[in-house]
Amino acid sequence: MKQFLFFVQKEFYHLLRDRRTLFILFGMPLMQILIFGFALTNEVKNTRIAILDNSRDETTAGIIHQLEASRYFDVVKNIRGYGELEPAFQEGKIKLAVVFPSRFQYALSHENSVSVQLIADATDPNVANTLANYATAIIMDYQKNMKGQQDFPYTINTEMRMLYNPQLKGSYNFVPGVMAMVLMLVCAMMTSISIVREKEMGTMEIILVSPIVPIRVVIAKMVPYFLLSGVNIGSILILSVFVLDVPIQGNLVLLVSECLLFTVTVLALGLLISSVTDSQQTAMLISLMGLFLPTIMLSGFMFPVENMPWPLQILSNIVPAKWFYYIVKNIMIKGLSFGYVWKETLVLTGMTIFFMLVSIKKFKTRLE
Amino acid sequence: MNDDHAISVSQLTKRFGSFTAVDAVTFNVKRGEIFGFLGANGAGKTTAMRMLCGLSFPTSGQATIAGFDLYRDAEKIKKSIGYMSQKFSLYEDLTPRENIRFYGGIYGLTDQQIKSKTDFMVDHLHLENQVDNLVKSLPLGWKQKLSFSVAMLHQPKIVFLDEPTGGVDPVTRREFWMMIYEAAHEGTTVFVTTHYMDEAEYCDRVSIMVDGRLDALDTPLELKRKFNAPSMEEVFIQLARKAKRSDN
Repeated sequence: MKQFLFFVQKEFYHLLRDRRTLFILFGMPLMQILIFGFALTNEVKNTRIAILDNSRDETTAGIIHQLEASRYFDVVKNIRGYGELEPAFQEGKIKLAVVFPSRFQYALSHENSVSVQLIADATDPNVANTLANYATAIIMDYQKNMKGQQDFPYTINTEMRMLYNPQLKGSYNFVPGVMAMVLMLVCAMMTSISIVREKEMGTMEIILVSPIVPIRVVIAKMVPYFLLSGVNIGSILILSVFVLDVPIQGNLVLLVSECLLFTVTVLALGLLISSVTDSQQTAMLISLMGLFLPTIMLSGFMFPVENMPWPLQILSNIVPAKWFYYIVKNIMIKGLSFGYVWKETLVLTGMTIFFMLVSIKKFKTRLE
Repeated sequence: MNDDHAISVSQLTKRFGSFTAVDAVTFNVKRGEIFGFLGANGAGKTTAMRMLCGLSFPTSGQATIAGFDLYRDAEKIKKSIGYMSQKFSLYEDLTPRENIRFYGGIYGLTDQQIKSKTDFMVDHLHLENQVDNLVKSLPLGWKQKLSFSVAMLHQPKIVFLDEPTGGVDPVTRREFWMMIYEAAHEGTTVFVTTHYMDEAEYCDRVSIMVDGRLDALDTPLELKRKFNAPSMEEVFIQLARKAKRSDN
């Protein structure tokens, strides 16, 4: 036991003396949360749109007013003819154009039907879709108010409710994702590097010649990164609650325990990487390509797994971050209890045990 | 097994696939002896040494280290040997004091023992001003001497030194050999590989490996007489020339 403590102490020296790495390890979660929270967002806000009003009547003025009032849109241009539309799109001045046909109000009240044309820049299809939907919603809303005044007998209203995230905030989605990414980086990459470094330096041989049991070496190496991850989990949660206003709906203890479970999973992965590599560069490359990318691509954090082709959907099942992401999202955002995530927790636990066993077996045979 | 033998090796063999790195080597090392282990690059000496230290499993053959069987008592062997590898093997981002404390700790020394060992080493190696600076700021010669002292920390019965003086200046090499003599004088068996032939002359007995086999084993004096050579260098060249294996 004392032997073990000596080892842990040494690992802390390594960690604490490498100021630059330490700074990255603590700074990265903060940076990521802030970047994702404020800069990288797929919400649509203040998009510049143009309006071509060929009718210029009371109704179009009303709708335009609604559009202008919306925080999604910024009406930058009132254009006079179709000819001006194309250049405005090409120059990137607008993302959406709303075109009212002539005699708009007349057609609406006498023919009971009129169309508004929405022209969107679909170079980014998701944004185009969102914009068109927002604009449609605003127009429908206006129409509904109008009809309300007239006491129309037949109207069908759709009423949308966005569950769990009524304001459709992007942060609800990426806080669990960032957590997975940070833990991946801190635990997997740093543990694998710290073990491989000893191999590279030649100190591993000295340790192996000594009476210390390899498994203790491995665990001692994990302790500092485990604690560091605990701090990171804490800071990410605090930031998301107090800075990004993402509430923790579920049980905090459950949430933290799931995070710690994932930490161990990732530590085991790092160990696995270190047992199959001999240089710090390789370890880093494998961590990035083999762990970090799948975490971003296949966990469902950036791209919904349901929309992927089936081979990728199957592949995504072996990405631990996918399960973690699902668990955290459900506990943190939906406020579900353990009863709803026990299957995913079981999968994660199984993976952890598997990685542990394989890497310990590998570790031993490598060092004989 | 003879009680006077610190190391006793018989028909020790290591194969990597079809390549026989160490080919049925048999030799004994006496207690308290300085045993030189020579050979050209790729002759198999590092592989042989790694087997004796428990870093690598032999393909076949027997070995007894400090009275313990290589296969059955690996853990007991580990406690009885010290090892200094080819690479510099202290932690650069730790101070000498922390390195001593760490290695002392993993060998199970008490705090008291670690403290007195540290004091002794600081005094012995004149580290007074350096003991709390990071190891990376030490000159290489000092680092190597510190490495050796650390390998001797738990007073091992046998110490294995793998090219301990590579890249070190002649003055420090001499000082280093003084430390080896001192250790041997106190009863530690020293098993040392080297490429410096003047160092081979300092050894009690020298063995020379060629192509994985042990081609010569005797005192430097006797070897020179046998090969009718003026120096160990000449002996070595005569033997190494027969090698069919090139560098690794």
